[in-house]
Amino acid sequence: MAKYIGKRLLYMLISLWLIITATFFFMRIAPGNPFTSEKQLPPEIEANLNAHYGLDKPWYAQYGDYLLKVVKWDFGPSFKYKSQTVNDLISEGFPVSFILGMEAILLAVAFGLILGIIAALKHNKWQDYTAMIIAVAGISVPSFIMATFLQYFLAIKMGIFPVARFETFMHTVLPALALASTPMAFIARLTRSSMLEVMSNDYIKTAKAKGLSQGVITVKHAIRNALLPVVTYMGPLTAGILTGSFVIERIFGIPGLGAHFVTSITNRDYTVIMGVTVFYSIILLASILLVDIAYGIIDPRIKLAGGKKGE
Amino acid sequence: MQISKDKFQLVGTKISEAEKISKPSLSFWKDVFIRFRKNKLAMFGLVLLAILIFMAIFGPYMTEYDYATNDLTNKNQAPSSEHWFGTDDLGRDVFARTWEGARISIFIGVAAALIDLFIGVLWGGISGYKGGRTDEMMMRFADVLYGVPYLLLVILLMVVLGQGLGTMILAMTITGWINMARIVRGQVLSLKSQEYVLASKTLGANTSRIMAKHLIPNSMAPILVTMTLTIPNAIFTEAFLSFIGLGLTPPLASWGTMANDGLPAIRYYPWRLFFPAIFISLTIFAFNVVGDGLRDALDPRLRK
Amino acid sequence: MEKILEVKDLEVSFQTYGGSVKAVRGVSFDLHKGETLAIVGESGSGKSVTSQTIMKLIPMPPGKITGGQILFNGDDIVPKTEKQMEKIRGKEISMIFQDPMTSLNPTMKIGTQIMEGLIKHQNMSKQAAKTRAVELLNLVGIPMPERRVNQYPHEFSGGMRQRAMIAIALAANPKLLIADEPTTALDVTIQAQILDLMKDLQSKMDTSIIFITHDLGVVANVADRVAVMYAGQIVEMGTVDEIFYDPRHPYTWGLLASMPSLDNDNKAELAAIPGTPPDLTNPPKGDAFAARNQYALAIDFEEEPPMYQISETHFAKTWLLHPDAPKVEPPEAVKNRMRQLSSTFDQAVLVKEGK
Ligand SMILES: Nc1ncnc2c1ncn2[C@@H]1O[C@H](COP(=O)(O)OP(=O)(O)OP(=O)(O)O)[C@@H](O)[C@H]1O
Ligand code: SF4
Ligand SMILES: [Mg+2]
Repeated sequence: MAKYIGKRLLYMLISLWLIITATFFFMRIAPGNPFTSEKQLPPEIEANLNAHYGLDKPWYAQYGDYLLKVVKWDFGPSFKYKSQTVNDLISEGFPVSFILGMEAILLAVAFGLILGIIAALKHNKWQDYTAMIIAVAGISVPSFIMATFLQYFLAIKMGIFPVARFETFMHTVLPALALASTPMAFIARLTRSSMLEVMSNDYIKTAKAKGLSQGVITVKHAIRNALLPVVTYMGPLTAGILTGSFVIERIFGIPGLGAHFVTSITNRDYTVIMGVTVFYSIILLASILLVDIAYGIIDPRIKLAGGKKGE
Repeated sequence: MQISKDKFQLVGTKISEAEKISKPSLSFWKDVFIRFRKNKLAMFGLVLLAILIFMAIFGPYMTEYDYATNDLTNKNQAPSSEHWFGTDDLGRDVFARTWEGARISIFIGVAAALIDLFIGVLWGGISGYKGGRTDEMMMRFADVLYGVPYLLLVILLMVVLGQGLGTMILAMTITGWINMARIVRGQVLSLKSQEYVLASKTLGANTSRIMAKHLIPNSMAPILVTMTLTIPNAIFTEAFLSFIGLGLTPPLASWGTMANDGLPAIRYYPWRLFFPAIFISLTIFAFNVVGDGLRDALDPRLRK
Repeated sequence: MEKILEVKDLEVSFQTYGGSVKAVRGVSFDLHKGETLAIVGESGSGKSVTSQTIMKLIPMPPGKITGGQILFNGDDIVPKTEKQMEKIRGKEISMIFQDPMTSLNPTMKIGTQIMEGLIKHQNMSKQAAKTRAVELLNLVGIPMPERRVNQYPHEFSGGMRQRAMIAIALAANPKLLIADEPTTALDVTIQAQILDLMKDLQSKMDTSIIFITHDLGVVANVADRVAVMYAGQIVEMGTVDEIFYDPRHPYTWGLLASMPSLDNDNKAELAAIPGTPPDLTNPPKGDAFAARNQYALAIDFEEEPPMYQISETHFAKTWLLHPDAPKVEPPEAVKNRMRQLSSTFDQAVLVKEGK
């Protein structure tokens, strides 16, 4: 187990290094200088600024500096807002995004599983069709459109929920729903097809031949096995929630990291773009690792040491 | 029961007849078509798609207004008999812009799917057919690329390359082809081991002929499904990018940019957001259900 | 002897896109206490459907019992509800499936899978059930059962898994055990072990067994009687001796002729039956086997043959037993082993009108 995790951590570091490197060079070849959008600066001030940010050094020195700083968990200052560092932005914005994201993940998983299981148990009945139409709709309506609809009808028109900002629990309901809608739909479809697949297996017939009731078979034999593919979806789910937060936070005026990230893109605030991208990558890679470990615990066939499926 | 004696003469097997009376075997694609037609949701999606494509082609000519012409005296008009979907903050006709947006969305979707197809078939085909080290290296490369979070990568690329239709399609396809390559490779591998390919190989047919004659037609089904499901993905990505301000530049009207422009005014001029929003959703929905329907119709395991 | 199972005119069909597949078309047989009946026949002949229908395990829909009765201890199973069936499955009738690789739940411990039935049918506590599970594993010949109960299926070999399946099936002392090709997926030495185990356990527990197989060679070792199925019907049924030494149906001849065997030392070539089984959506007019039958008579293409009785226990469904039929010689390989059996009637007796 420890060996397996160690190996995975190593891979994770390599991927991370690739991402940091790629980000660094992307930003260097990006059009324009970080200061171009501001008013014409006198050359000596620009030189000063460049020196201050280390932009006068050769690229490899800058690259080395950057790597070193990232290792020390220091993403440097924001180019646009001189008084703020990227670290400040992250520690300010991330907790907000985290709460929202967690709420959305819970919603997506809970409702997705319920819908999917019902659909599979009532295969080809009206419950199945209804659940699947909800799911296709959830997949087809992008989260930012879902968000604007929810905001317009439930908040602006009916006044059931607050329109924007992030203060009470009620403020979180609509954004979390909007964020959860697409992943919920995916989980519902995945659960359904996985349940149907499992239910057609011989061991379900064995369980039935033992005289177990449909309920016991569903709970003890079918659902557990059907959950395995759903667990692997947790990685992409995190990614989806994370990128979804870029737009949702903007729509609902939530001061999360996603909103900051989008602002930094509009402002071409390169250090922030770089820093947040690296930070997001760390989160995603870590969540994929967690999912792998969780999978190994749930599925006895997987020996974490070898990482191979036993026959 | 009386049976005449001459009925009891030996006549022996009639194997050929036995084969004849067995089930009339439908051709594969006809079978697929029949199953697809039975799927009401997929048929609905297909009709919807036909309407959307029709409107994308002819919609802009149905109104006298041009999608890019400003008319500052008629800003933010509500939908009326004059401006069917209202006007935006520069007085441009939302109806004309909506169908212009449909053109762009569908163009982006189809272009992305075609590029994915081209690279994917080439990469996956070569990788699967060559096998060995080549295969190993090509697939490793694809794996590494695939590990990078898709939207983050697309965002970074858009920042680096600058906004525009071309860069957007490029950014989307930079990882989009991987799925296609994997599917094609899998198909090639499984077909490669099958007898009829071996047979034509021993008969001396050359590699490219074998590919063209056997592998490609047999891989049609999964390729087709992947393509129909790539299109809605690309349409979504375009809208998403435009919505965070990385989209097409004015005066081009894409659904994403229209929604983005409409968002600040949602309280007072909701139609500016709702028309593009509804059509993005409808288009993605139509492609999704058609893709799902195709997949179900093509999946031989569901053949009953 | 007491009859434990009586199947009468059973008909099962499946509703599919292509029409309704008549998988079982009027099957009748009975089974006595402690007896083993083998059902043999080509793939698709309806063996599994017949046996799973006895436990009502076929998926319904698309499956449907369209006619007939299944009397278990005199009690008809066909009209029973799912709830009532739960009390019969596993307790009165058990089943072993063909592929031990897929018939055990991969994420549940072997012990738990055995215990489930015990807890359900014998009201055992968890502890008692576990003790019994260890005993059962020991009984089916799994070494170190105390350790094995806590393992998962992937830690077992194929043969061991099938032993575990047998332990599951026998957990609640069922009166009838249905084994659907229990050894087909195993290699030959393991096959023999599993067969011995089943015979051994049968004599200990006095269970009746329905044993389904492709393999006539296995039949001779385990069965008392044999039913030969073709295209959803039983075409010949009799004791093992009757089927092996005095077969009457051309399809049985075909099966016997295609069976490699030790006393076949004169190297008569193994003759596979030509052609393919008919499509059961539209079963052909007349006898379903006629088109593939080198002995087919003109009438075979028009009328379905009736069932003839050749001895107290021997039945065959073929026009060749009609008094007007020509005398035909069975294939060489079969003729070589034909024997005169004392119990045979002087003349085949018509038992059932063809439809
Ligand atoms: N769920 C189902 N839906 C439709 N048709 C079915 C279904 N199950 C069985 N059949 C059909 O019933 C017929 C008999 O099948 P069955 O499984 O009983 O054959 P078998 O004699 O057990 O063959 P094998 O030796 O291959 O196990 C086949 O034609 C099969 O196609
Ligand atoms: S009834 Fe006719 S076709 Fe059928 S087995 Fe007998 S001889 Fe052959
Ligand atoms: Mg079978």
